Amino acid sequence: MLEAQMELTVDELKGLVSQRAIDGETMILNMGPQHPSTHGVLRLILELDGETIVNCVPDIGFLHTGIEKNMEAKTYEKALVMTDRMDYLNPLGNNLCYCLAVETLVELDVPPRAQVVRVLLTELTRIASHLVWLGTHALDLAAMSVFLYTWREREILMDIFEMCSGQRMMTSYFRPGGLWRDLPNGFEEAVQQFIDLFPDRIEEYENLLTENPLYIDRTRGIGVISTTEALEIGLTGPNLRATGMPFDLRKTRPYSGYEQFDFEVPTASNGDTYDRYVVRMEEMRQSLRIVQQALVRLPEGPFRSDNRKFVPPPRSELGHSMEAVIHHFKLWTEGFSAPKGAVYVPVESPRGVLGCYLVGDGGPMPMRVHFRTPSFANLQALPMLAKGHLVADLVAIISSLDPILGDVDR
Amino acid sequence: MSGAKAFLAELRQELEDRVLDSFEFRDQFTAVLQPDAIADACEFLRQRDFDLLIALTAADHWPEEPRFEMVYQLYSTHLDVLIGLSVFLDGDEPKIPSIETIYPNANWHEREVFDMFGIDFPGSSDLRRIIMPHDWEGHPLRRDYPLGYEEVQFSFNYDEIDKRKKYAKD
Repeated sequence: MLEAQMELTVDELKGLVSQRAIDGETMILNMGPQHPSTHGVLRLILELDGETIVNCVPDIGFLHTGIEKNMEAKTYEKALVMTDRMDYLNPLGNNLCYCLAVETLVELDVPPRAQVVRVLLTELTRIASHLVWLGTHALDLAAMSVFLYTWREREILMDIFEMCSGQRMMTSYFRPGGLWRDLPNGFEEAVQQFIDLFPDRIEEYENLLTENPLYIDRTRGIGVISTTEALEIGLTGPNLRATGMPFDLRKTRPYSGYEQFDFEVPTASNGDTYDRYVVRMEEMRQSLRIVQQALVRLPEGPFRSDNRKFVPPPRSELGHSMEAVIHHFKLWTEGFSAPKGAVYVPVESPRGVLGCYLVGDGGPMPMRVHFRTPSFANLQALPMLAKGHLVADLVAIISSLDPILGDVDR
Repeated sequence: MSGAKAFLAELRQELEDRVLDSFEFRDQFTAVLQPDAIADACEFLRQRDFDLLIALTAADHWPEEPRFEMVYQLYSTHLDVLIGLSVFLDGDEPKIPSIETIYPNANWHEREVFDMFGIDFPGSSDLRRIIMPHDWEGHPLRRDYPLGYEEVQFSFNYDEIDKRKKYAKD
């Protein structure tokens, strides 16, 4: 029984591949799910004519963990920890998206300090995510040293995240109403050190790749997509900006105070793998600019809202205030209730538009949470991009889309 | 935000009573449509520069009827306007026309809704399960689908549990 399921049947393939494959003229090749350059557990069914890809059918779902279903059985605050685990390279960005959705639904205000810290840490996460992308992308194209250098800088960022949240990756640091706790001592110095160091390091990566003839050969003209096609297939983020369209939700619909920061939206014009690389490199510089500005203007004040119906009181109040004890007890047992209604909050994640659709039913648990994840939407463009290229180029195309399989399958 | 309101008024004029309701909630505008009006509404908004289908999903209001709510979020990248469309479907053989011909990226999103909620999309070019295994029984995101707590089958009680188990058989 099990073996029969594992095998690819002709019936399953009908409609997915051309008649030539069923007649045996072209070859069907299974790639993944356990393949080092599919960035996780992505399975592709390739139809090949020689080494040229005629057809590419992605098969996803190997990392499905039922996050949306699980969140329906948790209170709003407890459901937050699930969001870290979706896009594990952008945990703080996911936290932010979910918190904004909850805050919109219950109409909760966030103090200025928390907003600036959120922007600062989200941008650091963006840099960390792009560093992982850059390292693995270069590794897929056999440039191993880049990987080692990017991991070195990512480690500094991981230390910063650990410093404020206690966790390197599964941070859960942003909470509805603000932050889990205030920034620790030494945070500002650590970020300042990173700001001083990082511009040189970006130069270092660029020296390795930007004008490297081998890299250019492997990426220029590979996986080209136009702006219209990209929008039709739902491609967003750096992949869309590489086609020449300066679409960035941080600019068009600023959230969490992004309108106060001065930054550019980098674009390129050809929409190929090389341009997607160029855009991401420039994005790291722009993110660093935002981090720099956020650090300078970091306001003093409370780090979370004092609305006691939604945000638990500080520990120090519990000793002398009965009301604080009641709020503490209510919030950590029952949780807060959200009104009946639905909100949709899109934000710009390192990969594109990350949207949270949140439905409240008047109770303490969400009735439905849906994440419009950028990796899922972007991966849909893969068959279009891959057609007509060589198998070796497919590896470059997959990594240039930057899919995170945890984000695809949720 | 007022842009969305104007578009909804236009939509109401175009589709007349096929727009059942339109409302504002937390500065977000949504139109409730009849199931047969979804393709026309999408086509209408597509021509008015709503170039990105930013989300397509569903919610299950079980045990209330109509049970399923299809949700479409259309976004115009030039005008920066977000409009929500929502369609209520009966729990008994729910189906709604596919909008894949208007927004090609609806394909995977519709497959996901089909997989997770069991809603049929007549007109879709490739409606298969996308996330769950192809031989899975049931639709996990329905509210009446259990979240875990299944008995583990060992060799001594395999047959007994197997008899009353509804799904996950071969």
